[in-house]
Amino acid sequence: MSTLKFQSQAVAKPYFAFALILFIGQILFGLIMGLQYVVGDFLAGAIPFNVARMVHTNLLIVWLLFGFMGSAYYLVPEEADTELYSPKLAMILFWVFAAAGTATILGYLLVPYSTLAEFTFNELWPTMGREFLEQPTITKIGIVVVALGFLFNLGMTILKGRKTAINMVLMTGLIGLAVFFLFAFYNPVNLALDKYFWWFVVHLWVEGVWELIMGAILAYVLIKVTGVDREVIEKWLYVIIAMALISGILGTGHHFYWLATPEYWQWVGSIFSAIEPLPFFAMVLYAFNMVNRRRREHPNKAATLWALGTSVMAFLGAGVWGFLHTLAPVNYYTHGSQITAAHGHMAFYGAYAMIVMTIISYAMPKLRGIGEANSNKAQVCEMWGFWLMTVAMVFITLFLTGAGILQVWLQRLPESGEALSFMATQDKLAIFYWMREVSGVIFLLGLLAYIYSFFIGGKAAEKVS
Amino acid sequence: MSESFTKGMARNIYYGGSVFFLLIFLALTFHTTKEMPQRDHRENLTESVARGKALWEDNNCIGCHTLLGEGAYFAPELGNVYYRRGGEEGFKQFFSGWLKSQPLNIPGRRQMPNFHLNDQEIDDLAEFLKWTSEMNVNNWPPNIEG
Repeated sequence: MSTLKFQSQAVAKPYFAFALILFIGQILFGLIMGLQYVVGDFLAGAIPFNVARMVHTNLLIVWLLFGFMGSAYYLVPEEADTELYSPKLAMILFWVFAAAGTATILGYLLVPYSTLAEFTFNELWPTMGREFLEQPTITKIGIVVVALGFLFNLGMTILKGRKTAINMVLMTGLIGLAVFFLFAFYNPVNLALDKYFWWFVVHLWVEGVWELIMGAILAYVLIKVTGVDREVIEKWLYVIIAMALISGILGTGHHFYWLATPEYWQWVGSIFSAIEPLPFFAMVLYAFNMVNRRRREHPNKAATLWALGTSVMAFLGAGVWGFLHTLAPVNYYTHGSQITAAHGHMAFYGAYAMIVMTIISYAMPKLRGIGEANSNKAQVCEMWGFWLMTVAMVFITLFLTGAGILQVWLQRLPESGEALSFMATQDKLAIFYWMREVSGVIFLLGLLAYIYSFFIGGKAAEKVS
Repeated sequence: MSESFTKGMARNIYYGGSVFFLLIFLALTFHTTKEMPQRDHRENLTESVARGKALWEDNNCIGCHTLLGEGAYFAPELGNVYYRRGGEEGFKQFFSGWLKSQPLNIPGRRQMPNFHLNDQEIDDLAEFLKWTSEMNVNNWPPNIEG
């Protein structure tokens, strides 16, 4: 039995399923790294830290991309009010991306990185070995091909259908994602230029175009679960993403403080990143406001919880924890410390991991032919997953922040000669790292509860009248 | 929000505002790239530095270390390691000895792999780190420990 409005939306299902499998992998490697922080030689021969780290961050990027693609394939046909242009192309690209992604991860794990670089002719066009852009050049080309096919498929769907604000915002976000990724191919010998333009991918993705994707998905789910008038929700969406881009584009400046760049970036970056929390705060108001004004009691309580949760956690992680160390005089001491790690963890979880889980939560019951919502029992289990993961992430962030503050205190604030060395400081932070690791295990339990909820059957939850 | 503020107005702020700030960003980028030669000392970019950067990338050093504060936070900052470990007099000797003695195999301590670089490669990598340390990066990090 199908409960989909358009049959072609079904292509979203393998994207979501594969995204979640990669998510499990990401967390397992996170736990390995977390342990290596305190037991330095744990698996040092088999999985050196740099390999575990590459796998952890690349799995994150790839699972979120799968999640975004699945979201787009699910919501664009419904928004455009027409079948997807080519479900077949979507499935071909799924297998291409899944195979390339898996091969790349196996490459990281099975051979030394320099061998992987050699195998893939990195010397012909060097693009590897830069944080988050560790993919072999051939994989990067594959990503571009998949992205172009994906955008073509969606573009053709929207062209023949309805052009809603959600569709347009999602499309500008996805096009921006593809365009800015092209800077991954620019790797000059001059490290300063390399780093400057590296941020065109890294910052303009996560503090720019990804926010459009997030906003569009959130708006879509809010319309569905609240029944609030589309006009109202779409107006808010435009305001929020306008704020996000207006602050976020020049906010890139907060990465140019300590590069071979003019000092005015310290002013530009500080001022505009001080505005960056606003769109996230607006998103919290918006999500809660829409849910309070709801015109229907949607049976999928879990999806509503995810939607509210992502707005709050994105505000805390990206907004508050970002602002914490984004002003140049503060950043001078915190740059590249555990504070950065704390912010990164909560921001990625709150803004991007949670928005993907929001739409998965909303869409999966329909994709699986269950109906509007999973059984109450399954939803309870899913909500356990939500709370365990979210609370664990709050604690991971707090412990890393504690570690970061102590690190700055011991290693950065004292004068040269009196400051502790990096490694001596790390020893002093061990207690925080242990507590972070325990929180990480709880996060994994939450993720397993979330995954397990998919296997709980039962009668679909009904609307409460 | 009042009814007088329409969706059309919000949309125009989104498209207009982002294009406006993107153009400012591009203009600042243009100006920055004009200024950078005075700060990054690109005139000292030798073949050896270039080979060193390739080695840095091919061995994924960024996966443990930070370089000018970016990278992983597992191992020390290397943007200023040239000054921390001896500078002109002692750095190259220290660096070569350090790389060759890896992994230290101290139980429980974080391990740096041995990348089996030859003397020429070690020298190139050292030249890359030396060049990096000489950039004007607005006095970051705050002290020698990075």
